[in-house]
Amino acid sequence: MGPGEEDGHRSPGADAGADAGEPGSPAEPAPDSAAPAPVSRSAPAGTSPPEPAGTSPAAPVDTPSMDSPGTPPAPAAPVNTTSPDSPNTPDSPNTPDSTATADAGTDAGAPVVLSLEHVSKSFGAVRAVIDGSIELRAGEAHALVGENGAGKSTMVKILAGVHQPDSGTLLVNGQPTELHGPAGAIGAGIAIIYQEPTLFPDLSVAENIFMGRQPLRRGRRIDGREMTTEADALFARLGVRIDPGRIARGLSIADQQVVEIAKALSLNARVIVMDEPTAALSAVEVARLFDVIAALRADGAAVLFISHRLEEVFEICQRVTVMRDGRHVLTSPLAGLTTGDLVRAMVGRDMPERVAGERGAPGAVQLTAQRLTREGVFTDVSFEVRAGEIVALAGLVGAGRSEVARAIFGIDRYDAGTVTAGGRQLRKGSPTAAMTAGIGFVPEDRRQQGLVMEMSIQQNVALASLATLRKAGIIRASAERSFAADWAVRLSVKYGRLTDPVSMLSGGNQQKVVLAKWLGRRPSILIVDEPTRGIDVGTKADVHNLLDRLAGEGIAVLMISSELPEVLRLADRILVMREGRLAAEFTQAEASEESIMAAATGQLEAQER
Amino acid sequence: MTATLAPHREPGSPAPASSRRLADRVFRIREFGIVAVLVVFVAVTASIQSRFLSSTNIQFILVDATIFALLALGETIVVISRNVDLSVGSVLGLSAFLTARLASNTHGLPLPLVFLAGIGIGLLCGIVNGLMVTIGRVPSLVVTLATLYIIRGADVLIVGGGQVVPSSYYPSFLTISKATVAGIPDLAIVVAVVIAGGAYWLRTYRSGRELYAIGSNPDAARLAGIPMGRRVFTAFALSGAIAGVAGVLWASRYGTVDSTAGTSYELQVVAAVVVGGVAIFGGSGSVVGAAIGALLLQTINSALYGLGVSPNWDQAIAGFLLILAIVLDRLISLRLTASLRRRSARRGA
Repeated sequence: MGPGEEDGHRSPGADAGADAGEPGSPAEPAPDSAAPAPVSRSAPAGTSPPEPAGTSPAAPVDTPSMDSPGTPPAPAAPVNTTSPDSPNTPDSPNTPDSTATADAGTDAGAPVVLSLEHVSKSFGAVRAVIDGSIELRAGEAHALVGENGAGKSTMVKILAGVHQPDSGTLLVNGQPTELHGPAGAIGAGIAIIYQEPTLFPDLSVAENIFMGRQPLRRGRRIDGREMTTEADALFARLGVRIDPGRIARGLSIADQQVVEIAKALSLNARVIVMDEPTAALSAVEVARLFDVIAALRADGAAVLFISHRLEEVFEICQRVTVMRDGRHVLTSPLAGLTTGDLVRAMVGRDMPERVAGERGAPGAVQLTAQRLTREGVFTDVSFEVRAGEIVALAGLVGAGRSEVARAIFGIDRYDAGTVTAGGRQLRKGSPTAAMTAGIGFVPEDRRQQGLVMEMSIQQNVALASLATLRKAGIIRASAERSFAADWAVRLSVKYGRLTDPVSMLSGGNQQKVVLAKWLGRRPSILIVDEPTRGIDVGTKADVHNLLDRLAGEGIAVLMISSELPEVLRLADRILVMREGRLAAEFTQAEASEESIMAAATGQLEAQER
Repeated sequence: MTATLAPHREPGSPAPASSRRLADRVFRIREFGIVAVLVVFVAVTASIQSRFLSSTNIQFILVDATIFALLALGETIVVISRNVDLSVGSVLGLSAFLTARLASNTHGLPLPLVFLAGIGIGLLCGIVNGLMVTIGRVPSLVVTLATLYIIRGADVLIVGGGQVVPSSYYPSFLTISKATVAGIPDLAIVVAVVIAGGAYWLRTYRSGRELYAIGSNPDAARLAGIPMGRRVFTAFALSGAIAGVAGVLWASRYGTVDSTAGTSYELQVVAAVVVGGVAIFGGSGSVVGAAIGALLLQTINSALYGLGVSPNWDQAIAGFLLILAIVLDRLISLRLTASLRRRSARRGA
C-alpha cells in the first residue's frame, strides 16, 4: 500500500502542476468524468488540496506515468498510424485541446493502480503478445481495443494470473508484482469478468460470489446466513434483485454477469477487468452495466473495459489503449478522438462505410410465419420475408427472437401456428424439413451450435452438403476439399490449411465458415442469429457486405441482432419483439435507434426509467 | 463506499424466498423418494416373507449396508469433484486380506492398530490414484480402472490360493461387526456418525464446498483460485482410506477372506451413489443420499435372496433402479430449470 498512498498524496500536486501550465482548463473537466473521479479519491487525496503546487515533485511523478505506456515500446507504430490530430501527444504543450482532455478525461494525477509494461507472451511459436503495455488509474474506465488476435485476451489472462508473461513487468500500486495463478490476482485486488460467465451452475448464487472466501464463524465453518446477508447487500448496491439462495443454473446471461460483478465488488477489487461484458446483453442491460461501471469508478476502482462496440467505449471510457498484432499502438484520452481514429489505429487502414446500396425491390415471399406461438416463450408471431430482402428481428435479449428463429428452423417445437417456406408448409420440429425447403440457419452460439470445433475447416464447410458430395455413400476427401476451398475463397476466410481444426480460426473467420456451410447448400432463405457477435470490426464489415450481397442475389435473409447500428445499416424492414410478441414494425426509412428501443422496452417503461 | 445504484428494488422480498423454498423442496423430495422406494420394498417383502423383518436379518442387512454406505461416502466425495474411483473394490479386497492376516497372525495386536493398518493400505492406494489424476493429469476413469486391476493383481499375488478363515482370528476382531445397541449394530451407529460428519464437512467447510465447485465447473474453479489439485488429491486419498477401513470391516463381517473379496464392488458403489442422487458429472448430490442409496441396493439384494429369487435378478434390478434414478433426476432438473426461468422472467430482471 505504501507507494499507492504516496501517489495519492502527490497526485493533487501533479494535477495542479498540469493546470498551472494549462490555465485554460483548470476546474472544468469533461462532464462525465468530472463527478466521479474527484469524489472518489478517498482519504489521502481529499486531505491535501493543491497548495504546494509549485514546489511539489509534480512533473517527475506525472510525466513518466503519462509516458510510460506509449513512448519507448512502440515508437514506430504510433508514428505511422496515427494522424496528427490524434492522441499521441497529450503532453505536448502545443495542443491545448488534447492536454485539456488529458486532464479532464482521467484526472491525470489520479494514482496509477496498475500497469503492465512491455510484456510479451508466446505460446510455442505463436507470439500472442509482443510488446503490450497498459496503465490504469484509480477512478477511470479504460478501454482496451484491437482486432481479434491483437493480444487483448492474452493481456487479460496475464492480469488474471492465468498466464505468466515471458518478459516485462506488472506493477500493482507501483510495486513490481508477480501473479502466481488466479489466486494471486485475486489477492492483488484484480477481478476479471470474463466474456462467458464462469459460474458454478449447481451452487447457490451466494456461494458463487464467495467461493473460496466464504465468511466463517467459529471452527472455520461457513457462515451461511452472513453470506446471504452480504450477497443481498451487494445486490442492493447494484440495484438488482437476485435471490442469493437460488442455484446459478437458469440465470440469464445478464444476471450471471451481475453475479460476476458482485463477486468483484465483494473482493473489494481495485482493478476490474471486463472482457466484452456487453456482447450478450440487451440495451437495457448494457445501460445497467454502465451505471455499475460509473459507480465502481466513483468508488475509485479502475475498470479495464474491452469491447468491440466502439460506441460503448466512447460512452463510458475516459482513456483508451489500442493494440494491434500483439503490440501497444497508443494510449490516449478518448475526448477528441473519433471512431474513425480508433478504427484506423486498430486495423492500420481506413474502414469503408457500408455500401448502403439499394438492393432493388424484393421479390416473391419466401418465408411466412403465421401466428406462431410457443407457450410462455412467444405468442402470435406473424411475418413474411421476401426474396432479396433483409428483415431484422430486434428486441431485448430474452424477448423471444432467437426462439422464434429456432422454431422456424425446427430445432424447437411450437404449440400453434404455421411456417411456410418456398410455398410449402413446414413440418414442425424437423430441421431436415427446413433444410430441404431451402432454409439455412446460422445460430447465435457458433462454438456450440454452429461448428464442430474439433473437426477441420473443410469438414465443417462440407457438413451441410454431404448428400451432394458423396458417391456411393462415401465422401471423398478430395471432393470435400475442393468444395470447401471454393467457398473459403468466395467468403475470403483467412486460414492456414483447410485441414486445420476450425477452433484455430478467429471468431470472425469461424463465422464465415458457418456461413459457407449454409451457402454451400444454395439456400433460398437464410436465418442469421447475431451474425457479428464477438467479431472484430474488419471482419464485421466483411460479414455485413456478404449479407448485403446475398440479399442482392435474391436470398431472403432473416437477421436477429442486438446491435442497433447493424440492424439499421442492413435491414430493409425491422420487426421489434417485446416479451414474446411483435411490438412494432419499421421500414428502414422510419427506423431509428430511439424508435426501436422505445418499442423494445415499451414506451411506458421507458418513461419510468 | 456507498455508491448505491437505482435502489428501487428492495432485496429479500417474497419472490426470492419462495424460489429458495422450491429448490429446498426438490432436494428433499430427491432423498425422500429413495426412502419411499425403500419403505415400499421392505413392506412388500415383509408381507411375503415375514422372517425378513427378524432382528437378525435386519442386523445383517444393516451391517452389510454399512460397509457399502461407507464406500459410498468415499465415492461420493470423489464423484462430486467430477471424478470417479473405480479402485475401491480392489482396495477393499487388499485391505481385507492384509488386515485379516495381521489380525490372525499377531493375536495380541490391539484393534485400533489393525484399523490403522487398513487405513494406511487404503490411503496409500488413494494417494497413488490422486497423484496420477492431479499431477499426471490422467482422467480418473482411466487411472482408477488401471489401479483396479493392478491392486487386484497384487492382492492375488499376495494371497495366492490361500485364505484367512474365521477360526484363526482372536474373537474380538469378529465381534466388531456383531455388537449391537438396542438391536442396532454398533457398527451402523459409528458409520452413521461418520457419514453425518462427512455430510457436515461437505456442507459447511470451504474445502468441502470447493469440491462441489470443482465438479460443477472446473474452469471456473481454476479461475476462482481454488487449489484444485490439492482438493482432488484429498478426495482420492479419503476415498482410498475409507475403502481401507471398509476392508477391515469386511474381514470382520465375513470372516473368510480370499483374493476375490470385494470384486465388482466398485460398480455397485457407483450405482448406489447415483441412485442416491449424486450427479455422475459432479457438482451436486449429498453423502446422505448416497448412503440411503447404498442401503436401498443392499436391502433389495437381501430381500431377493430372502424371497428365493435368483441373484441374477439382483443386478438387473439394480440396473433398472439406476435408470429410474437418472430419469427422475433429469425430469426434476428440467422442471426446476423451467420454473426458475419462469420466475426470473416474471420478475422481468
